[in-house]
Amino acid sequence: MLTLNDFKGKTPAWCPGCGNYAILKAFNSAMVELGIEPHMVVIVSGIGQAGKFPHYTRCNTFNGLHGRTLPVATGIKLANHSLVVFAVAGDGDCYGEGGNHLIHAIRRNPNIKLMVHNNQVYGLTKGQASPTTSQGVLTKAQPYGTLSEPLNPVALAIALDASFVARGFAGLPDDLKELIKEAVKHRGFSFLDILQPCVTFNRVNTYSWYKERVYKIELSHPVHDRIKAFEKALEWGDRIPVGIFYRKEKPTLEEKIPVLKNEPLVRQKFDFEMAKSLVRKIKNVD
Amino acid sequence: MNYSIKIGGEAGQGVQTVGETLCQIFAASGLHVFSHQDYESRIRGGHNFYQIRISEDSVMCPKEKVDILLAFDYESVRLHTPELSEIGQILYDSQILKTKISDSRSIDVPFLKIARETGGPDIASNIAAIGAVCGILGVKREILLGVVTNIFAKKGFETVAKNVEAAQAGYDYAIKACIMCPFRLPEPRPRKILISGNEAIALGALVSGLKFYSGYPMTPSTGILNYVAEHSLTFGCIVEQAEDEIAAINMVIGASFAGVRSMTATSGGGFALMVEGLSLAGMTETPLVIVLAQRPGPATGLPTKTEAADLLFALFAGHGEFSRIIFAPGTPLEAFYLTNKAFHLSEKYQVPVIILSDQYLADSQWTFDSLDLESLRYMDMRLRGASFENQKGYKRHLFTDTGVSPLGVPGDARHLVVTDSDEHDEEGHITEDRELRKRMVEKRLFKKLTLIRREIDEPTVYGDVGADIAVLCWGSTYGVVKEAIDRILKDFPISMVHFKEMYPLPYEGHWLEFLKKKRILINVEQNATSQFAKLLRMETGLAVHRNINRFDGRPFGVEDLVERIYAHIE
Repeated sequence: MLTLNDFKGKTPAWCPGCGNYAILKAFNSAMVELGIEPHMVVIVSGIGQAGKFPHYTRCNTFNGLHGRTLPVATGIKLANHSLVVFAVAGDGDCYGEGGNHLIHAIRRNPNIKLMVHNNQVYGLTKGQASPTTSQGVLTKAQPYGTLSEPLNPVALAIALDASFVARGFAGLPDDLKELIKEAVKHRGFSFLDILQPCVTFNRVNTYSWYKERVYKIELSHPVHDRIKAFEKALEWGDRIPVGIFYRKEKPTLEEKIPVLKNEPLVRQKFDFEMAKSLVRKIKNVD
Repeated sequence: MNYSIKIGGEAGQGVQTVGETLCQIFAASGLHVFSHQDYESRIRGGHNFYQIRISEDSVMCPKEKVDILLAFDYESVRLHTPELSEIGQILYDSQILKTKISDSRSIDVPFLKIARETGGPDIASNIAAIGAVCGILGVKREILLGVVTNIFAKKGFETVAKNVEAAQAGYDYAIKACIMCPFRLPEPRPRKILISGNEAIALGALVSGLKFYSGYPMTPSTGILNYVAEHSLTFGCIVEQAEDEIAAINMVIGASFAGVRSMTATSGGGFALMVEGLSLAGMTETPLVIVLAQRPGPATGLPTKTEAADLLFALFAGHGEFSRIIFAPGTPLEAFYLTNKAFHLSEKYQVPVIILSDQYLADSQWTFDSLDLESLRYMDMRLRGASFENQKGYKRHLFTDTGVSPLGVPGDARHLVVTDSDEHDEEGHITEDRELRKRMVEKRLFKKLTLIRREIDEPTVYGDVGADIAVLCWGSTYGVVKEAIDRILKDFPISMVHFKEMYPLPYEGHWLEFLKKKRILINVEQNATSQFAKLLRMETGLAVHRNINRFDGRPFGVEDLVERIYAHIE
């Protein structure tokens, strides 16, 4: 029997009270409840406080570069689609440096689970604005207030017709755990934006700020209706919806690649002699 | 017998297709072929040419004089008539050029009329032109028709018949029109292997167990992407066109981490984007092969021309210090074998390998008598299945005597495979420990590089080895320097030393002593700043005496190079 102990990693070096703790706990519990063993999971992460996530649980890990989480995860998934592949990123990591990769990962639809720890601020570099920081917020790097409008990641994902779009909140850990489980069960690219208050640098979007606004998406919400999902995604202000916004069944990238029809790439034996005879044939070598 | 054929025309007229088809015909006739192309960075219009040299003996570079000029536009006549040799002839169609050429050395063959009469589309005039070239050269008719049949076989019987008819008509017309032509080919011999640099690298990768390729199209590397894609199903390889070069290299790193042999190819600007990922491969010790098909820079430079000015960029690319290997093949054959060696060493030492090519090598086609497939190596050096499961206390970045740690395939065992772009401990977890940091650097850099150096071949020495003058060269200048040396050797003792394994340089043994004894070392490079001379001096302290550089985007010609070498020895 799997227990939470199987997923016990290094002691986190996050600030006390950080929203990441709830995400870590929700992730570990989801894995235990789904019965997925650590060695069947690969977590790919980038840089930032979220990037350290895989060290604090226990799975195969590729902690790569800032913003490059999704291409690495895609390479891993294509090489071995029998693995459960998670991409873990922060809002700066995924929506800033890695924005282009997010767009194209959604277009490809590999069966990868993306969790974005969205605290609307750059924490590791000490408090600069991120792509999701509200307009007007003052920081050391934005002394006149943040000038750009914040990105709406959920609306972006729906606009790109991502096959699974959800938002979680670190202040609702049980619901977050269920969302992670749903994301894993979904066949295709699962996009999970997680609101995660930064207790050190974000004085605006605090736990209490969220608690006043966050509400769970009604059971009656038609998750297969893209227009309705988009409407829901535009709600941000006095009321902030969390839960599954949109879901669509479509073939995954792996399913569309003929070479992967029978088994994962990594299990396909390379026959050196066969390859040599193919070269002989192609190049007319006697 | 040593002829050269130049096909000139606008982009979109099929210059390249005609050139490639003729190369196939000559290779099938058992002739040695060398071809190279000069094209502009545009889809239609402009002036392009494709030049083929054929001989009974091995040829590896173009000659400047042209024996047959096949002109598809007037610009080709204007530009290249001065290049005609004493026996030179111009083949053209006055209907296509919309003018008659008064030069007595020209033959007007109605390519377009033939195409229309044989019921083909206008583009079939190219097939008539191919037939005409074969006719005046005296290529065996059945070889011409055999190659034409093969090319159109997929399009059905009717298309084959029309094109065969067009080829025959061009062939017959040219023979009649050119009674005085002096061209003679030897009797057909066993067919030769025809291969371009790009094809050789792609094929070398596939035969080395390439399973995952990701790249972003960029001239002149795109041929590799296309060739791997074309054969991907046959060899069981995934090809993914990435959104940019950053994604390409990171996908390749991911696939390699997950347990399959992986590669990407690009050119200068794309490699610049990949540098971040190169450093990641160095830190995470992930095997990776990168092809850097150089082109003249900086920035976008001359996208379709040739230069070899990224040697030092490849050497210093990436932040921080880590081991890497750099190869620069001189011919497609070397490209084939070195790609195999690149995959072998990359996996054996878990380091990135960069293969330097350039437009000249990438797009040129050479012929070879044989391809020695038995000299290729394939050893799976990853821990998989039971042998991974049975490891005790597995650690991805374990300290070992060799600096090489066990490369486990994630998911194949209950052990976890953990790696990090941050400095890490043996398990792969983040650390800032001073001692660990020092040992990891020693492992990644000094231990591995020392062992890798033992695997590096000495440079190729050719010519009069006792001569007190040696010409140094590297990469794709091999062929032209070799031919220049052959010509100079008739009057003057000289040798050449060609480097194809650029970094690390081989152990300073025999080859360095050989170079140190020379009175004059002349270094030939296809760049402005003699980058190899700098590398050689940096690594060995040895300074060359003279430099010959070409950096106008065009390859060295033999005649020109011979003159420039003489200028330094007389």
